Amino acid sequence: MKMSEQKSGSQNVLRLMVCEMAHLSRPDGSATTFQGDTCVMTSVYGPTEVRMAKEQIDRTTVEVVYKPKSGLPSCAEKSLENIICNTCENILLGNAHPRSAINITVQEVQDSGSFTACCINCCCLALLDAGIGMKCTMAAVNCCIDNEENIIVDPTRKEEEQSQAVLTFAFDSKDKNIITVITKGKYSQQQFQKCLVLCRDASDSVFKFYRETMEKKLSKT
Amino acid sequence: MAADVKTAQPLQYYRKFIEKDVRPDERTLEEFRPTVLNIGCVTTAEGSALVKLGNTTVMCGIKAEIASPKTEEPKKGYIVPNVELGPLCSILFRPGPPGDQAQRLSQFTNDVITHSCCINKEDLCIVPGKYVWVLYCDMVCLNYDGNISDACVLALLAALKNTSLPKVVWDEDTETIETDHNTTTQLNIICEPVSSTFSIFDNEVLLVDPTVEEESLSTGEVTIVTIDDKICMIRKPGGSPLTPQQLDLCINRSFIRSQEVIRLIQETLNSVDR
Repeated sequence: MKMSEQKSGSQNVLRLMVCEMAHLSRPDGSATTFQGDTCVMTSVYGPTEVRMAKEQIDRTTVEVVYKPKSGLPSCAEKSLENIICNTCENILLGNAHPRSAINITVQEVQDSGSFTACCINCCCLALLDAGIGMKCTMAAVNCCIDNEENIIVDPTRKEEEQSQAVLTFAFDSKDKNIITVITKGKYSQQQFQKCLVLCRDASDSVFKFYRETMEKKLSKT
Repeated sequence: MAADVKTAQPLQYYRKFIEKDVRPDERTLEEFRPTVLNIGCVTTAEGSALVKLGNTTVMCGIKAEIASPKTEEPKKGYIVPNVELGPLCSILFRPGPPGDQAQRLSQFTNDVITHSCCINKEDLCIVPGKYVWVLYCDMVCLNYDGNISDACVLALLAALKNTSLPKVVWDEDTETIETDHNTTTQLNIICEPVSSTFSIFDNEVLLVDPTVEEESLSTGEVTIVTIDDKICMIRKPGGSPLTPQQLDLCINRSFIRSQEVIRLIQETLNSVDR
């Protein structure tokens, strides 16, 4: 959290990221990721048995369940599930396990801004922990445009609420192309390009974080 | 012969066409299907519109009801969009409660209304803290042939532009309201959000306004909602990665589409008035 308070000088610094892997014993892979105060917990099972109705003969079926902190999931949560599912599907080597399913459960712990980005990053780490074959990794970065037209990368919840637009990008590690874009609020094409460039640069530190986390995990055992 | 190839090897069939920069329905890659708009076709609703985008048909009706507002927002009315994808429109859907896609679409249309701020919700206030209007926007798909999101957003916008609310008089002495159906006021629409959808074919080719076959073969989808020269929403939930240049092309195309659609709505509204 300290980083977010310091970042007023250079606005494209991400908040401090912390991740704990394999802390749940039953799932094949699990991760809890903090991005500042935002926290998400994810577990992965797979490749596992698939329901007949969802079976695909040439690839694996990815199923995502999102659990909000309180209350029952509504349409907005369904939409987030779909975003996470399609994004993960794209980086997995789906053809390696035909007629099977990969189940991902995402549990919201705390939403303090940049929530979608944190969910995607946490899923990627959990998939890495599960050791499921992947084409590449992915990094999601959130940014917002405040009312003075400044771009804030990895905003807190308060900054998001006071902004005119919020943009979330997910990039692949191979060519840093755009896997996912979700934006809300009005802005011009130039602003979009600026946000894209800033987030693309910021994604480097997320990829670096993945590497450090994996190094730490593998050096332990 | 061509029909056999299409059934047996749909991907190869499409590839042959796309090599020559044309699609099986004779459209170029960046061409929308002919769009037909009919405004005010349901007389029992406060506002309505029927949109045909090629074979995709969506009917939108707006029903206004009076309700009490939330205590934290005593001056704001509600807008409740709902998309229905029943077994009437395609074999892909089953009867029963709304499926995943219908729920996603309802959320998408709701996001379009909230993020574009096309209606000032305080305009829907009748008596602050007591009575506000609720606009139920029901979109029913009659024929599902791809690109349902564009059709829904267009039907919703056209129906909202057609909406007029009856005058409501508040009697302070008896604390009751009286509705006068003879005098109506037009709903004020601040801006015009227009959506454009692109599907990604073979990880790199972008197809505007996909049909249901193109959607089933696609490896990704991008939906862009624009207002005049501003972007209001971009939604690319996963799928094949795109370069920033490709995304720029999509944005530019959607600006052109936005102008076409606004002209179409204006022309239709003018002809209805006459």
